[in-house]
Amino acid sequence: MDFNASTLLLLLPEIVLLSAIAVILVLDLFLDQSKRVFTYGMSLAALVATMAAVMLGDNTSQVVMHGAYVVDAMGSVLKVALLSVGIFAFIYSRRYLSDRNLFKGEFYVLGLLAILGMMIMVSAGSFLSLYLGLELLALSLYALVAFDGDSKPGSEAAMKYFVLGALASGMLLYGISMIYGATGVLDFAGVAKVIASGQADQTVLTFGLVFVLIGIAFKFGAVPFHMWVPDVYQGAPVVVTAFLGSVPKIAAFAMAMRILAESMGGLGPEMGWQGWQGMLIILAVLSLALGNIVALVQDNIKRMLAYSTISHVGFIFLGLLAGGDKGYSAAMFYTIIYALTAVGGFGLLAILSRKGVEAENLHDLKGLNKRSPWLAAMMLLIVFSMAGVPPTVGFFAKLFILDALVNADLLWLALVAVFFSVIGAFYYLRIIKVIYFDKPESEEPIAANVDARLAISVNGLAMLYYGIFPASLLAVCQAAIAAL
Amino acid sequence: MDFLIGLYDSLPVAIQIILKIVVIMGPLMVLVAYYTYAERKVIGYMQVRIGPNRVGPKGWGQPIADAVKLMFKEIVLPTHADKTLFLIAPLLSIGPALAAWAVFPFDTGLVLADINAGLLYLLAMTSIGVYGVIIAGWASNSKYAFLGAIRCAAQIVSYEIAMGFALVGVLVVAGSLNLGQIVEGQSGGFWNWYWLPLLPLFVIYFISGVAETNRAPFDVAEGESEIVAGFHVDYSGMAFAVFFLAEYANMILISALTALMFLGGWLSPFQGTFMESWFAWVPGIIWLVAKTFVFMFLFLWFRATFPRYRYDQIMRLGWKIFIPITIVWIVVAGAMQVYDIGPWYQ
Amino acid sequence: MSFEKFLFYLFAAILVGSALMVITRRNPVHSALFLVLAFFNMAAIWLLAEAEFLAIVLVLVYVGAVMVLFLFVIMMLDIDLATVRAGFIKHLPVGIVVAVLMLVEMVLVLGPKHFGLTKYAAPEAAPADYNNTAELGLSLFTQHLYALEIAAVILLVAMIAAISLTLRKRPDSKRQNVTRQHMVKKKDRLKIIKMPAEEKG
Repeated sequence: MDFNASTLLLLLPEIVLLSAIAVILVLDLFLDQSKRVFTYGMSLAALVATMAAVMLGDNTSQVVMHGAYVVDAMGSVLKVALLSVGIFAFIYSRRYLSDRNLFKGEFYVLGLLAILGMMIMVSAGSFLSLYLGLELLALSLYALVAFDGDSKPGSEAAMKYFVLGALASGMLLYGISMIYGATGVLDFAGVAKVIASGQADQTVLTFGLVFVLIGIAFKFGAVPFHMWVPDVYQGAPVVVTAFLGSVPKIAAFAMAMRILAESMGGLGPEMGWQGWQGMLIILAVLSLALGNIVALVQDNIKRMLAYSTISHVGFIFLGLLAGGDKGYSAAMFYTIIYALTAVGGFGLLAILSRKGVEAENLHDLKGLNKRSPWLAAMMLLIVFSMAGVPPTVGFFAKLFILDALVNADLLWLALVAVFFSVIGAFYYLRIIKVIYFDKPESEEPIAANVDARLAISVNGLAMLYYGIFPASLLAVCQAAIAAL
Repeated sequence: MDFLIGLYDSLPVAIQIILKIVVIMGPLMVLVAYYTYAERKVIGYMQVRIGPNRVGPKGWGQPIADAVKLMFKEIVLPTHADKTLFLIAPLLSIGPALAAWAVFPFDTGLVLADINAGLLYLLAMTSIGVYGVIIAGWASNSKYAFLGAIRCAAQIVSYEIAMGFALVGVLVVAGSLNLGQIVEGQSGGFWNWYWLPLLPLFVIYFISGVAETNRAPFDVAEGESEIVAGFHVDYSGMAFAVFFLAEYANMILISALTALMFLGGWLSPFQGTFMESWFAWVPGIIWLVAKTFVFMFLFLWFRATFPRYRYDQIMRLGWKIFIPITIVWIVVAGAMQVYDIGPWYQ
Repeated sequence: MSFEKFLFYLFAAILVGSALMVITRRNPVHSALFLVLAFFNMAAIWLLAEAEFLAIVLVLVYVGAVMVLFLFVIMMLDIDLATVRAGFIKHLPVGIVVAVLMLVEMVLVLGPKHFGLTKYAAPEAAPADYNNTAELGLSLFTQHLYALEIAAVILLVAMIAAISLTLRKRPDSKRQNVTRQHMVKKKDRLKIIKMPAEEKG
């Protein structure tokens, strides 16, 4: 536990990223607007370097920095996942931003800082570092949502996000203070130990758990704490939505795992289904129902995808509440895949947007197949994956969750999930129909940069690749969860 | 004498504390009164005038005449003013200015409250004095007063940062937040005082102090040529006098603090030289007062010399010049401390 | 009742009273000033709990800086509370129900049964030479080093966010470039023209 140079080596990914941010921030100041692409390149390089640091680093489970920082396989896998999704989100953003005079260094710096916050959350070893990481993430995201200062919906969305986010942070902190009051420690391992010993006051713990869970549900955007999701997704610039709708889900998953499974895990079984699993059932079922049903009537595709996010969150919660290695690894698999899918979906919208034209309504996608068959095919793969149509990876992600549920004797929940997925399939198919069977409204060819085209191709084909070989990623998730 | 000490010891603690407060406040109030007289005289001579010379011998009675006049004047309450706040504002202005003296050491051990975080306490007290000004400006319900309040709020918040950083430098070299220990850390004569290793911070602290007290050339909150008299344009009689008192008490406080933290407080400047024994009979408090007077004089000199800063220039000076310099110098001071550079640290 | 206890209840009563005033006053400036009063009383209570460093920092940071800016903004915006409170009566019943429910729950949980002196014994007073500031510094830079660093990054984000959201270069604003003014040489500004002296008529 002592502090020495080898401790710093374990923190290398965060240190690399933070140093890169500092360098980019200063260099960007001296760049001409015409050379702004240099900032973009450096940001991508920073992400790649951080990813290398994660991959090359030691990931044998250990706790350093007086319990504040955890190194383990789950952390490394999730970090690699969120860095890769972040790279996609950055690549999709370039053209969209420069078309709107928003191509500024701050966008990338704030994005990198958000990613730093998420990395801190992923490897948080105590409530304190988790909360600080969360705030770092949230502050960067508020600023990103309001990034287009001239856009009224953007500012309004940022305001809503900020007010509700602050409320959720307050709830989370209040819950943490209760847990601290009951156990006297802040690090997850310590809390788990006190709970296991039976010394802690169960009432106070449960009270704290409720508030913490509200905080988690808000960050995920689960019903009934979902109010911000549609407005923020719709109001933010689409490239910000691509970022905000994908990467933070991975961090939220880590937060849920660290709090619920690692520290409060002992609380559930003792109280039967009265523990957090019971609360998650309510959240999950409500999210599945509301997300899928309301999405049916949306014409704005950003809003539709926002409601679809809510339903996907329901699925992730199902995996978490199923519990056990199987449930957790299924939820982890689902989260990573969902983040990858979502960034592709929103990224495609960013690619389709042109100067002065936002592709955000369903009719903007009309006849995409005629205009660009390749992009249409990528969109098909992404939407199929969201809907869970084989052979895309979404199907397997859902399958693993259902399997875990059945394994945990929760057949009825599995049936509910399937029922709502079938309802959800309808609006996904609506997108496909518009793309393939409607007449295009404009014949204008789609201008996309090579990097964005390449990224969307990789992104779309990944849906297919992991759909055909899901075992490769699942094995990684299982190994990570088993090492907890 | 022994009888008096015995009597004092037999008193309850609360009465003892009140006595001590009286002993500090009495001379302070007299000093404030004659500081206003000194200001008019000094600036008078600088401008080749005589200044007040009618009341009493050489005008010595002028401050008393002023005080009596102000006491008997009516306090006018503007019709649409927020009456409670309007009357509270002068008190909020003078309260912190006087409360700050609680931790001020006049000599070794000669202090009302010897607390560990004295430096922080002082910083807190000098920064909350702004409430008097803001509330006065707002409660008057007049646009000139309000403009003064707004200017003052922005100005004080800006300079407080530079001031705080300058004190961080003092903290770094002294290694203590206790004012007595800060002075003891400077013992060893003129070249051991903190003004030398912390020269930029010393200058910045004093200039920020001038800005913090809203004195010329940073007196945009009053700005009599632009916004009449700024925040206290609607005040009269005793209410105005209290603002006046607070301003001068603050000036004395800033001068005394600068002397304490950068010029060795009550330490003799001849310490460590052959002249040390010649001046051994001088009590420490005399040195402290002498050093304080230097800075008090500077306040007046500034007022007679410099034209008022433009508002944006004030902001620029505070944010773009003082704050960066203080940050850099804290690092330098830290390095000097760690690597034992210079004769200042033992 | 000991003197300290009396002080505690006094400050606590003022604290709760002023906190109530913060949310009930019609005038936002009054609310903000009551918040300042609440901060002061909180600081006093912390002093009683021997957290002198934190108490003074609370006054220094929140009263001395944050609330000044807060007041500054409130005064500048001159908020019209009528529009802000338009939905107040409409949502009042729901609000009251939720508030009462939460209050009951909190009273049930936070009462002496779970947080009483039997559960948590009163801590012993620190010795007279205990240096609160030094201990806090040690703890911050050893045990909580990681958290401290993250907090620093959060402040950086706040700064970047504030600047990127508010800094607009307005084409019509005239600004002074002090560096350029300083760099000016005599020959840039002053041009001496030689001309023949006029002859006397």
